Amino acid sequence: MEDMKNKFAVLGKSVPRVETPFKATGRAKYAADYEMAGMLWGKVKRAPYAHARILSIDTSKAERLPGVKGIVVGKDFGGFKWGWQAHTRDESPLATDKVRYMYEGVAAVAAVNKDIAEEACDLIDVQYEELPAVFDPFEAMKEGAPLVHEDKPRNILVEYHWNFGDVDKAFADSYLVREDLFQTPRQSKGYIEPPAVLAWWEHGTLHYIGSKGSPYMLWRIFGRAFNLPLNKVRVIQPIIGCDFGGTKNDGHALDFSAILLAKKTGRPVKIVYSQWEELTTCLRRHAMWVRIKMGLTKDGLITGLYTNVVADGGAYARMSPVTMYLTNGFCTLPYKIDNFRTDTWNIYTNNPMAAAMRGHGMYHTRYAIDCQLDLMAKELGIDPVEIRLRNSIDNPKPGETYYTVNKLRVATCGVKECIEESAKLFEWDKYHKTKKNGGPIARGAGIGASGYLSGARLTGHNSCSAIVRVNEDGSVNVQTGASDVGQGSDTAMCAIAAEVLGIGMKDVEIKRVDTSYNYPDPGSYGSRVTIYAGEATMKAAEDAKQQLLEAAAKEMNIFAEELEIRDKKVFMKADEARFLPWLDVVRAACYANIGNVVIGRGVSRKGTKGFSPKAFSTGEGDVGTNYGFAAQINEVEVDTETGVVRCTENSAMADDCGFPLNPTIVETQCIGGSYHQSISSALYEEFVMDKGSTVNPNWIDLKRPRVYEAPFPKFAHVITNDPYGPFGVKECSEATTCTGAPAVINAIYDAVGVMIKNMPATPEKVWRALKEKREAEKKK
Amino acid sequence: MKENTRDIKFTLNGKEVEITVNPKMLLLDLLREELKLTGTRTGCEVSACGACTVNLDGKAVRACSILAAQVNGHEVVTIEGVADGEKLHPIQEAMVNHGAIECGFCTSGMVMSARALLLENPRATREDIKRALQGNMCADSGYVKYVEAVEMAAKVMQGK
Repeated sequence: MEDMKNKFAVLGKSVPRVETPFKATGRAKYAADYEMAGMLWGKVKRAPYAHARILSIDTSKAERLPGVKGIVVGKDFGGFKWGWQAHTRDESPLATDKVRYMYEGVAAVAAVNKDIAEEACDLIDVQYEELPAVFDPFEAMKEGAPLVHEDKPRNILVEYHWNFGDVDKAFADSYLVREDLFQTPRQSKGYIEPPAVLAWWEHGTLHYIGSKGSPYMLWRIFGRAFNLPLNKVRVIQPIIGCDFGGTKNDGHALDFSAILLAKKTGRPVKIVYSQWEELTTCLRRHAMWVRIKMGLTKDGLITGLYTNVVADGGAYARMSPVTMYLTNGFCTLPYKIDNFRTDTWNIYTNNPMAAAMRGHGMYHTRYAIDCQLDLMAKELGIDPVEIRLRNSIDNPKPGETYYTVNKLRVATCGVKECIEESAKLFEWDKYHKTKKNGGPIARGAGIGASGYLSGARLTGHNSCSAIVRVNEDGSVNVQTGASDVGQGSDTAMCAIAAEVLGIGMKDVEIKRVDTSYNYPDPGSYGSRVTIYAGEATMKAAEDAKQQLLEAAAKEMNIFAEELEIRDKKVFMKADEARFLPWLDVVRAACYANIGNVVIGRGVSRKGTKGFSPKAFSTGEGDVGTNYGFAAQINEVEVDTETGVVRCTENSAMADDCGFPLNPTIVETQCIGGSYHQSISSALYEEFVMDKGSTVNPNWIDLKRPRVYEAPFPKFAHVITNDPYGPFGVKECSEATTCTGAPAVINAIYDAVGVMIKNMPATPEKVWRALKEKREAEKKK
Repeated sequence: MKENTRDIKFTLNGKEVEITVNPKMLLLDLLREELKLTGTRTGCEVSACGACTVNLDGKAVRACSILAAQVNGHEVVTIEGVADGEKLHPIQEAMVNHGAIECGFCTSGMVMSARALLLENPRATREDIKRALQGNMCADSGYVKYVEAVEMAAKVMQGK
């Protein structure tokens, strides 16, 4: 830590985030905070069936309601469908022929106020023919099951069958082989800000302000949906209230409806989803059934792994082909596994759609593998920390590379150090000797370890570009197409530019993305932003710096190579007393000859080699630029009389993000990802479903993590300086989104000896498991 | 059809406000839609997330579950009324400097709950802070630095 603090002037230090003063005073503007003169309010009409043919839609009564200015239905979009790739384009903005999940949008209204828009929705008369529906992926895979999409036999959205090494031989040679079925719950994204949009048409150009973390995805989709050249699609980004890979990363009924209603009425149209709409119709984490079989030697070394994973994809494909790749392809991190086989399916059902979510894919199998490892460690009498250390991938020596059996390329791996550091901070060795159980309360501790990719590379556009503009007064604008959805990347970009230019954070400003003025960028997903936008910003700042050095060299009558910038001074490296102040150099550069604009440009090059979708069918190849690692240990208290489990503050976490550009942001990210998106599903959160209907679509019945049970982890940064990330950086917080759940579930196992294999570990489940255990022990 | 209306008068961020409202209008809609104070956020509309927390006579309340008409004669402070001009309140300053804030959507509510707590109990303990913030849901911070920031602010406000 000491080294990293002194290595740079700005980077590696916990400078306050650039935008938080606006957030702390309520001045930050989110999508729902924008309004325009003449603006109308829109509302989406929703179907009350999970699977039904639309026979007719009569809007005449609604049209006659005073205050209604426009209505659109699915057919008005001219047959447009979208999806992640050509073969998964299966979804319309509003349903046309049939609805495939409960409350799918069928029409939308624009009216002078919210109440009238809502009333008009009630007046739209839709006739349906209800169809047999299917909600269980295992039922849906059977011959003769109702088809969600007529052209997808057995409702198979995607399936992969991979084989690396010789798993059967590995199992035959193992000392211990075990097979278990683990199940992950249907989980909400959990962001507090519901999706919102304000759309209008101006000068023949579509204008759109919406809460989207990947604005260029929508830029392309809107261009196709409304038959516009991309130079007439302007997606403007407000402050985003989190995303985590869901509806704010992709399109939904409100986006297309607001745009078409604005076109039809000639007025701006605003639609804000209620949290009920978010929780019933928006994208959620896949529920998965993870059957795993693992072999170990007597010393606890993993010999082979087989995964058989079935996922409920819901009514439309969305990102599911990627999900299934990540779920299985990352099983070979962070432990050494030489023999690995997978059979996996993602299945269409009449449930709401599933999609990417923080810790995408890997979270499911990490829970299964890391919990099964504790079951097997116990059988072998090996300590959970010890068995992980024995299996962890070693940190490759500088210049060397570790390839997993499925060819993930790992240049740096700090997982061993993460496990050691978290065990040290938690005082793991002392804990089990000194822990006290009192009355009905049993205490225990568990560990989880993981890796996660950073700089996701998918097909198509992957790279990121940046502009660093030096203004004549010495102030600097940084502009990238990358999105800060709350993770702090705007601060990271400003810090990188300030570092390279030798100026302060206060001299640098970054604006929100506007697709008419920024370079296209894939978006905020797959922990790619700091890796790519960071590299682009670094290069853009270096370009600008070079221009300034050349201007200074001219003024000082020396060569640019002899100069450096620090603390807003351009000085001669050999004689620091010879210098020009920053502002003098900027003015010289800007006013040279007839005037000059100092603009540095940079492009990230690391993401230019795409991952071929063909490789999804073999599972071989690398979608990451590099890999972050993490480990965490949590203590829980289990009330053995009621089954209630709670985390205590006592916990530890260590994260290898290569090099933390801003340690405080890394800590908050890692701790938050672990609690809100992982421990949440381990202890609290699950959508309860009844025939496609979400029974608990509100935060009273759907439990989410709150402050009073929050772990307060002691935190360690593990520095590995990865060669593929700018300034050595890798992802942070997606790995801890994969470690939270197994750490807590293993802690329950440690406390009371029951392994909860179908999260969340609700009081009822824990109570029943304890009862079963007691009864089984009595029989013995 | 003549709409049923009600005239109300209350103090908002230190200033007198007189306005005619529909009796079914929520305080949240009055603030956001009529008075354009959008710093109070709409999250769940069922009093579960705390994003719309404001201070009513110094107490933390959810603006989504109070009628505008009910604030007649009372004192309301929203997030826009917490800072002293450009000078941040110690709670806001601690949250910014300590790195508590991520996406920021819950932040207004966090500040308002913490403000009400420290008005009532300047020597609040960590347990008091957790109790005061338990109705404020966050989706990304893990709460740790929010709690620590309120602890720091309490010390600053006591001159420690």
